[in-house]
Amino acid sequence: MSTTTPTITPPVPSKRRIPKLSINFRQYGILAALAVIVILFQIMTNGRLLLPGNVNNLIQQNAYVLILAIGMVIVIIAGHIDLSVGSVVAMVGAVSAISMNSWGFPWWAAVILALVVGAVVGAWQGFWVAYVGIPAFIVTLAGMLIFRGLTLVLLTGGTISGLPAEFTAIGAGWLPSWLGEVAGRDVLTLVLGILTVVVLLAQGLRSRATLRKLDLPREPMVSFWIKNGIAAVAILAFTWLLSDYSGTPIILIILAVLILLYTFLLNRSVFGRHVYAMGGNLFAAVMSGVKTKRVNFLIFVNMGILAGLAGVVSTARAGGAVASAGQNYELDAIAAVFIGGAAVQGGVGTVVGAVIGGLVMGVLNMGLSILSVDAAWQMAIKGFVLLLAVAFDIFNKRRAGGR
Amino acid sequence: MSIQDSVIDDVEQHDVILRMNDIVKDFSGVKALDGVSITVRRGEVHAICGENGAGKSTLMKVLSGVYPAGSFGGSIEFEGHEVAFRTINDSEHEGIVIIHQELALSPYLSIAENIFLGNELSSRGVIDWNKTNREAALLLARVGLDENPATKILELGVGKQQLVEIAKALSKRVKLLILDEPTAALNDEDSAHLLSLIDHLRMQGITCIIISHKLKEIKRIADTVTVIRDGKTIETIPMDGPDATEARIIRAMVGRDLNSLFPPRDSNIGEEVLRVEDWTVYHPVDTSRLVVDGASFTVRAGEIVGFAGLMGAGRTELAMSIFGRSYGTNISGRIYKNGVEIQNRTVDEAIHNGFAYATEDRKKYGLNLIGDIQVNVSAAALGKLAKAGVVDSHREYKVADSYREKMNIKAPSVASITGKLSGGNQQKVVLSKWIFAGPDVLILDEPTRGIDVGAKYEIYGIINELAAQGKAVVVISSELPELLGLADRIYAISEGKLTGEVSRENASQETLMHYMTAGKD
Repeated sequence: MSTTTPTITPPVPSKRRIPKLSINFRQYGILAALAVIVILFQIMTNGRLLLPGNVNNLIQQNAYVLILAIGMVIVIIAGHIDLSVGSVVAMVGAVSAISMNSWGFPWWAAVILALVVGAVVGAWQGFWVAYVGIPAFIVTLAGMLIFRGLTLVLLTGGTISGLPAEFTAIGAGWLPSWLGEVAGRDVLTLVLGILTVVVLLAQGLRSRATLRKLDLPREPMVSFWIKNGIAAVAILAFTWLLSDYSGTPIILIILAVLILLYTFLLNRSVFGRHVYAMGGNLFAAVMSGVKTKRVNFLIFVNMGILAGLAGVVSTARAGGAVASAGQNYELDAIAAVFIGGAAVQGGVGTVVGAVIGGLVMGVLNMGLSILSVDAAWQMAIKGFVLLLAVAFDIFNKRRAGGR
Repeated sequence: MSIQDSVIDDVEQHDVILRMNDIVKDFSGVKALDGVSITVRRGEVHAICGENGAGKSTLMKVLSGVYPAGSFGGSIEFEGHEVAFRTINDSEHEGIVIIHQELALSPYLSIAENIFLGNELSSRGVIDWNKTNREAALLLARVGLDENPATKILELGVGKQQLVEIAKALSKRVKLLILDEPTAALNDEDSAHLLSLIDHLRMQGITCIIISHKLKEIKRIADTVTVIRDGKTIETIPMDGPDATEARIIRAMVGRDLNSLFPPRDSNIGEEVLRVEDWTVYHPVDTSRLVVDGASFTVRAGEIVGFAGLMGAGRTELAMSIFGRSYGTNISGRIYKNGVEIQNRTVDEAIHNGFAYATEDRKKYGLNLIGDIQVNVSAAALGKLAKAGVVDSHREYKVADSYREKMNIKAPSVASITGKLSGGNQQKVVLSKWIFAGPDVLILDEPTRGIDVGAKYEIYGIINELAAQGKAVVVISSELPELLGLADRIYAISEGKLTGEVSRENASQETLMHYMTAGKD
């Protein structure tokens, strides 16, 4: 004990160093899993999985899960759950179909009505969760029954079909071929694909430049190019395939807008940051001045609106409203969110992860269908995949946790 | 090294129950333990001291089999033979029981059920309840807990729960009992009871290892102290020796002398900033119970005002109810800031009025433990970093990083997860959060609880600097020396009432204790 100094020396400021951003394996893990599943089925189906028609259907068939998963991931990050979205999809579908067929609403008014009904449903559930304090599990379980019941009441006359073509196009239509075709391929789709890649790279380089200017940590150049290179190739291949079928599905545009919008909302907005803060530690959020009731309310209103949109999309795709629509949609959405790396305890999750999780489920469905695996087995396999994905995540966390 | 040699000589003459030799444990390259050796004699109380992050808990996890044999280097000898535990069950089988800081009892089960949980007294799978309750009653008598074995755990206070844990350990025929910070959550009375129980167990021949920050307790109870620093054994001090002083232990813990526990400070006190009048709060559930009873006090700019009170006196409740009514019902009274009456109806409103409150329990109420430093620092003032609801994350990083440097938060970057920081560094993150919010009134509830000596000194320095910037600072603390070292003025609170106000010059532990216990019996 020879090192005795009279008093504590003031802390010496550590040498300034810019830490490198570590790669988020959680996110890339699920992306890799998607790639593996795609390649696996591509081989097993002798290349039929990635036929242009199937790629197109993958988007149009799973649009509803992806839309619901975007809302659900916010609900789950905040530490809640929403079991009612399937019933809400059915009810909204019924209301919008009735508004067009019986009340003579134009298609766009029916869409607005659907979103409003969704918002009202969300406000109703948000009220009970946020201001009365009933756990979301109970409120939305009740909602699941209530809205399914109301759907049955609305559709006593049976199925409503014969919806306007503009409406069904939302779920089952394509952008018109404004730029014509070259060798049987839709030029607009190809142009959109190239544009996306250009914007992606420009945006990435611009934000790197900003980070450099501000002397902030940024990922290594190599990993930036590898990542964006793979993304660019995937986007171009994807649009190449779509252009060979019927062009760009309208729903793909809607999805792209939603993904961008909600990624921005969760990462950059005060609202999104409050959602993460509440999921991470509700008490700490309260004591930091977060208006938790209002945030909870808004989370459910938002979920309602997206469920309304999913209702429009799935009704449009089916070409009519049925009382049994939307069955198990809530479970698909919840599974997508958890496969996409969200934590059961809340506080963790991303929009992109949830969407990739939804695509994993979609590719599984499609691959198994092409292989004409029995529907019963498909269900069981999906169950195993969900369990495996979450188990993998927990295993990863444990290994990283160490102490 | 002469002291250590003499201890070893001494040990040869006694019966050694545990010898851990040259234990090395690393976590992906980071050495948590770097050759720790410790020798414990049968029937002694052996204290292990060290700053947070020194490796005490890791060492105990190695000993109890949480980290299985083979995942660390070195050897463990227990009762004269070498042991290799693979699970906690293995170590319990040998008679080593560890009681963690966070108690592991099931709140809805009875005392008896908890004591025999996992070890049920049964024949052919059917539990013998009579025997269970009878045996439990005997064990409760041994630990001096006068409760019905059928009482549910949730009806007991933390102090009594701790006794149940010890009773549970006794039921497993414990030979070596390890207590990790056993008095951290206890009030003085319960702590005293626990210490005398440990005395009692020593007489019954049970060896105890006690991990503690509280040097007074160690002086009172321990036969031997081993100090660990940076994963190494620094020295082993027999407490009956002449130089077994607190100063000596502190020096070993921090590796340097602390001439003063408190950094020097010149008070520069200005105008009155906060005035609270006739503040009255009722219990949120038991709404007829007064928790704060007509409290009136003032705090001036640049002043540090202490609040002294025993546990349950209403200190935290007073602070939380002022901070946006986050505690209590039927709150009445007036708050004036700079002479103007204001309302703090919600936490958000309180923050806008220039209040900040760093909570007593930083893990539960203060931090998003799965979030990184950056997210936590900005949590209370995201609005300052946002335009039209959009957060400027680049500025957020800059702000957080500047606090990391200014506050000397020991973490590689602001992307470090706060849950993995030590207590002192976590507290610095909490303080950064509130300083960034730019308050005029800062209420700090137990700012140094569970924090090691070195980090405490730094936090005192931060508090002093805040006062020097002209902020009105309120410090609530159970440690009277801390209040005496920091505060310009101290209020004593007892059973919800402010029972006394003393200036720094007139304050002593005795006068404060007198006021703090006023009104009792």
